[in-house]
Amino acid sequence: MIFLKLLEGRGIEFVKRLDSIANRKSDYVVKSEDVTDERYGYYPFERPINLYIEYGFIPLDKPPGPTSHEVVAWIKKMFSIGKAGHGGTLEPKPPI
Amino acid sequence: MHSSKEYVALMELHGDVDLEKLYEVFKMFTGRIYQRPPLRSSVKRSLRVREIYSIDLLEIINRHVLFRVKCESGTYIRKLCHDIGLVLGVEAHMRELRRVAVAHIREELPVVTLHEVSEAVYLWRKYGDETLIRKVVLPVEYIVAHLPKIIIKDSAVDAIAHGAQLAVPGIVMLSNDVKKGERVAIFTLKGELVAIGKSFMEAEEIVKNEKGVAVKIERVVMDRGTYPPLWKKAKKGEKSE
Repeated sequence: MIFLKLLEGRGIEFVKRLDSIANRKSDYVVKSEDVTDERYGYYPFERPINLYIEYGFIPLDKPPGPTSHEVVAWIKKMFSIGKAGHGGTLEPKPPI
Repeated sequence: MHSSKEYVALMELHGDVDLEKLYEVFKMFTGRIYQRPPLRSSVKRSLRVREIYSIDLLEIINRHVLFRVKCESGTYIRKLCHDIGLVLGVEAHMRELRRVAVAHIREELPVVTLHEVSEAVYLWRKYGDETLIRKVVLPVEYIVAHLPKIIIKDSAVDAIAHGAQLAVPGIVMLSNDVKKGERVAIFTLKGELVAIGKSFMEAEEIVKNEKGVAVKIERVVMDRGTYPPLWKKAKKGEKSE
């Protein structure tokens, strides 16, 4: 499971793991020093559930029947959220 | 995303073909090929070149050929099957198609079904159990994993969240393949995606320069106010109990 690789990193380590999962070979150049303030923001995997979902995406295996538009509508209903989109799907089955 | 796509397709041949010839023809279709989009398409129907990065024949049973294909975005697999059939001399059509990857977003993540999503939401809403929902939903940061990245100081975050351009002094570190005119993803030190933008400078320029505007923001992801604005930021060491 690919996403488990991400779980092991935090902060800059997490960002570097994103690179490795996308097979990015490039390295980082450091420009300045800074330490993050723990009072603000969240490490992505540690977001409280509502934020985790708000800043989340679902890699969905869409069933062949409904359109992706319908599926997005269902997802919005399930999560009671107003905004959701989809990143693309295969063309609908042509009628015989 | 105009990146590579990967599919597993089932092709049905309309006649019997010698195995060796099948392999030969499939090999022919690896590399750059010509394609004209089908009638049912939203794009201009001009002849265009697309690249097939690889084809792996998985299973061949009688006239059914199961194969995995990795190709350039915009390649029509249906047309590929049709054209392979023509070259084989027996004609063929695509019976089934499954997209298994878009760039780095792969089936192996794992992908989940609507049932699993529904179950995860139920367990969370009814019992407060978050374990399944945190497996089904993934952080949005994953989507921009393929982009060059710039990590910024906490003090620069809120301005960017308001759409302000990113200036050099706000940068902590950056991918060494940041290119002028190309897209970059801006992250906090905690690894949160702040925004996506276009770089005005090459990585080397950013490293050399003391000041200047480095990135034009195209799309803000983080909510404003997540981090305090620079001028309101409390002095370090002052922690309220």
